[in-house]
Amino acid sequence: MWDFFTEFPSIGRRDLSQLQMGIDDGFRAFSRAYGEALEIFFSPLLHFLVWFEKLLLATPWPIILIVLSGLAWLGSRSWKITVGTFLAFAVIGYFGMWEDTMATLAIISVATFVCILLGIPLGILMAKSDRMQGAITPILDVMQTIPSFVYLIPVVMLLGIGKVPGLIAVCIYAIPPIVRLTNLGIRLVDREVLEAAEAFGASPRQKLFDVQIPLALPNIFAGVNQTIMMALAMVVIASMIGVRGLGVPVLRAISNQYLALGLMNGLAIVALAIIFDRVSQSYGKRLQAHREGFEK
Amino acid sequence: MSDPKIQIKNLYKIFGKAPEKALTNVQAGMSKDALREETRHVLGVDNVSLDIAPRNIQVVMGLSGSGKSTLIRHINRLIEPTAGEILVDGENVLTMDKDALRDLRRFKMSMVFQHFGLFPHRRVIENVAYGLIVQGVDETQADKRAKHWISRVGLEGYENNYPGQLSGGMRQRVGLARGLATDADILLMDEAFSALDPLIRYDMQSILIDLQKELHKTIVFITHDLDEALRIGDQIAILRDGHLVQQGSAQDIVLRPADGYIEDFIKDINRARVIKLGSLMTPLEGTPPADAPRLDAGTLLQEALMAVAQSDSNTVIVEEHGTVKGQVTTRAVIAALHG
Ligand SMILES: Nc1ncnc2c1ncn2[C@@H]1O[C@H](COP(=O)(O)OP(=O)(O)OP(=O)(O)O)[C@@H](O)[C@H]1O
Ligand SMILES: [Mg+2]
Repeated sequence: MWDFFTEFPSIGRRDLSQLQMGIDDGFRAFSRAYGEALEIFFSPLLHFLVWFEKLLLATPWPIILIVLSGLAWLGSRSWKITVGTFLAFAVIGYFGMWEDTMATLAIISVATFVCILLGIPLGILMAKSDRMQGAITPILDVMQTIPSFVYLIPVVMLLGIGKVPGLIAVCIYAIPPIVRLTNLGIRLVDREVLEAAEAFGASPRQKLFDVQIPLALPNIFAGVNQTIMMALAMVVIASMIGVRGLGVPVLRAISNQYLALGLMNGLAIVALAIIFDRVSQSYGKRLQAHREGFEK
Repeated sequence: MSDPKIQIKNLYKIFGKAPEKALTNVQAGMSKDALREETRHVLGVDNVSLDIAPRNIQVVMGLSGSGKSTLIRHINRLIEPTAGEILVDGENVLTMDKDALRDLRRFKMSMVFQHFGLFPHRRVIENVAYGLIVQGVDETQADKRAKHWISRVGLEGYENNYPGQLSGGMRQRVGLARGLATDADILLMDEAFSALDPLIRYDMQSILIDLQKELHKTIVFITHDLDEALRIGDQIAILRDGHLVQQGSAQDIVLRPADGYIEDFIKDINRARVIKLGSLMTPLEGTPPADAPRLDAGTLLQEALMAVAQSDSNTVIVEEHGTVKGQVTTRAVIAALHG
């Protein structure tokens, strides 16, 4: 009798393992049936990623250095950030991490691009309907909290090891902030301003593009910023399933106890993170300059 | 009088989960408070019928929560009623499909908002041109027309500023210009001047009165400020807890308040600045004394007081367009001032 209280009444080891095996077999059957179709579905993405990575690696490094610094300038309009970007990439190159950094840059850019492409419409949908919001929010919660190793398993089962599963893993991890902040940004748009557009006969489309998105832009941008940060954080884990880049030497450093190697590549990731963060934040700030009443 | 521009017929609006059911309660006589307590529904508009004449400024007045905003938002159907009808130029707004409703909002009416409702990310000129762009007017034409209205409200030189760079009064000029730019017949103004300082508010009223002398729009103007209502309203409707207590001219409201609620409302106003001689006029008794002063029917009492006091016969003769219409006695003036 007392046993009942000291030991939780579970379904039993045999039943449990049978259940788990059932699920696994089911999923395996699914991936056998659809894995190939999925691969074909994702192949444009793969080609894009490969093309972009090759482009970054094939372009002479001085051009890349200039382009990156130029982008930093366009985004931030700050000399400090621009010079910082230039120096950071120069040091990265000097310490022999150029190629890995380019690979990481490629996957981060493509992942961010995919996240924006999917995340913003999803956020808009959520803002339009409370029911959508109710349905999507818990999914985002799960995506953000479930240990990333756990969803690597089905992704790898479906698509094997490689760039695309890595990209998908990065996207799953990185997409929630942009969805959430797009939704939030649109919901925070001043009711009276929206009402004004409506009172002048704006169509739902015009309301969205004339008022809601422009006014939600600072929030959407904060979402993009967070998405980039999370994608970078995922780089090491993604390299476990075949993504090239700065994560690979970090993994090697862990398994072989190479402190310097790990540190250098880790710091390169940090440098990328800081650059992305500063540039996108100051760009976001400039987007909302009109609110504070500064001349553009 | 010509046909009403806007007709509101037996309009009800109840906020809550099951407004139809609550409606039967309200129609059976349940009060706003009882409705809230017993059924958790809020009575926004309660059986309001109102005819709004063309080319007039119709003021709708009432305390906070009396349903003014709710009422005005029915006219362009930003809010769907629970029951009732709204006709604009004889057309039923409530049976319009999406496209017809959009055209109504684009071409027939525009709106000015209490907190301006400006687009903070658009320059002044882009704000003013917005209604035109939505109408499908091409950009150069829209800019030209927007510039015209910007100068009409006295904002030349600020075309390229953002709303955030302007003061409150200037922002509402932008709001007004945006409302006027579409050339709509009907202008809906929901407490358009309430957020402004008294002096600036007075200026804005003057601008509106001047523009109206020339534009002759049908303006529905919401306010909770009686002085403002009396100053600009051709007709004044007073709402209380969602129902219409009285509709009439300023003279009607001040001289013949419908009930104690309105008497309370008007007890602090300066009556001499509202009441006109014509409202106190009685037919002539016999031949008027030759030395009695002659004044126009539209003269406010405060301007007539000196003449009244100096009249030996204790009467003034009232004229309209130069012809004698009647007389007003000193006693009538004092009675009217006392209220
Ligand atoms: N969306 C809504 N949901 C529930 N109740 C509402 C809603 N909008 C208005 N009400 C209620 O309807 C009543 C009338 O509100 P309304 O905003 O029309 O008043 P108002 O006369 O414009 O007041 P104010 O001077 O404060 O603007 C109020 O009791 C208000 O609480
Ligand atoms: Mg209101």
